[in-house]
Amino acid sequence: MYIEVKGASKKYKQGGKDVVVLDSVSLDIEKGEFVCLLGPSGCGKSTLLNVLAGFERLESGSVAIEGAAVTAPSPKRITIFQNYGLLPWRSVLKNVQLGLEPQKLDRAEKIRIAQKYIDLVGLTGLEKQHPRQLSGGQQQRVSIARGLAVDPEVIFMDEPFGALDAITRMKLQDDILKISREEKKTIVFVTHDIEEAVFLADRIVVMMANPGRIKSIVKVPLGDHRDRTSEDFLYVRDKIFELFNLKADSYIEYYI
Amino acid sequence: MIKRLRPVKNCVISVALVILVWQVLFQVSRYDAALFPSPKMAFFALVEMVRSGELLQHIKTSMIRFAAGYLSAVLIAVVLGLILGRLPKLFQYINPAVQLLRPISPTAWMPFIVLLFGIGDVPAIAIIFIAAFFPVLLSTVAAVSNIDPIYLKVSKNYGITQPALTWKVIFPAAFPQIANGIHLALGTAWIFLVAGEMVGAQSGLGYAIIDARNNIRADILLATILVIGVIGILLDGLLRLIEKQVLKSWGGED
Repeated sequence: MYIEVKGASKKYKQGGKDVVVLDSVSLDIEKGEFVCLLGPSGCGKSTLLNVLAGFERLESGSVAIEGAAVTAPSPKRITIFQNYGLLPWRSVLKNVQLGLEPQKLDRAEKIRIAQKYIDLVGLTGLEKQHPRQLSGGQQQRVSIARGLAVDPEVIFMDEPFGALDAITRMKLQDDILKISREEKKTIVFVTHDIEEAVFLADRIVVMMANPGRIKSIVKVPLGDHRDRTSEDFLYVRDKIFELFNLKADSYIEYYI
Repeated sequence: MIKRLRPVKNCVISVALVILVWQVLFQVSRYDAALFPSPKMAFFALVEMVRSGELLQHIKTSMIRFAAGYLSAVLIAVVLGLILGRLPKLFQYINPAVQLLRPISPTAWMPFIVLLFGIGDVPAIAIIFIAAFFPVLLSTVAAVSNIDPIYLKVSKNYGITQPALTWKVIFPAAFPQIANGIHLALGTAWIFLVAGEMVGAQSGLGYAIIDARNNIRADILLATILVIGVIGILLDGLLRLIEKQVLKSWGGED
């Protein structure tokens, strides 16, 4: 397996009580796969992503990528954050170049690579702008270009479109789906939006809270070109809805 | 156009008010005119000082001392602040000492500094240094420990390590808050320049005030005070301009 999570467990102290965010979670991800971690807040999906990216450590269990245990972040595995993480004092071009700076490349080569990915995410002409002059969607595109520029093997995305309006979000979903197919990256994408997960993922890892665990893993057999209004799409979406409803069934409550 | 002239208008009115109050006080006071001169007399004294070249000489001396003390304080405090801001455990031990030294008026050090270095440039420079150092150090430490952790997370992800981390990410991220401290320190340092020169020097604007007193030239004394005020405003304006330019490249203020 390319990415292997085995018995991952972690808890936080909150108000003197232990909250189990990850309760013995195991998951395998194949190379080139697009996996969505889907679930309500508190289900541990972001924690799992942070552990995979090397920002957080597990209490017990293991995480390995290509057989090597993950202990720290690496430019081979880039994380895209919800609030973009752009450096506001740098222009778009300079932001995209950030990850190229530790590498031994000459100036022209860095600019060429940065420009290539700025063009790829559709921001041609905005190279000299500063992040604050851009819309949220454009800022997230800069952050995606910055990630792609270092040619990572894996891209982790932590609710990357969560702060965007619905139309911009769908446009970015279209683009990230296209980019993921063209660039052949392994992508682990955290979201709480069911439609987003169905639109993007090869497999959806459905997670539940208290304790954070995997409820079910759903394959999405929809191919590369997806239509949010097609029957197949709605069928998969309904299946996920059912999975979340099942949780409600185990705590039957009557409202009168 | 009219809007742009409003600050100028306000300024003229404000200065006119000061002169008016001064003139009224002069009219009603029973002091000798040599002790409490009119605005006109102070103005003539100013012209006299400019003509003799004395004023320019004092300003030059003071500005060199000011530049030496202020710039070295800013440089050292920012560098130290960048280091200490990243080492909170070390700063825990240094902070109490800083808090102990900070409330001591820089003038309190004056006799000690004069004892060690004698009268001359050093006491004035030292007092400016002390006045500027602590505000810049503390604001830099605070700025560095307050920077958004996402910048550090991103840097770590992209393999940005020290020393590039400091000058590419931490310093620019902290800069707006550091600039605040640098600005605050400018005013304080300028105030203490005069104090330093009154006690520890035989030249400069502070000395000019003492010298005027010794010669019972209240007109020169007041003219010098006005010059000190005007230079203070100009320095503040200059720094504001530099700050604005730098923050512009920070992106946003457009």
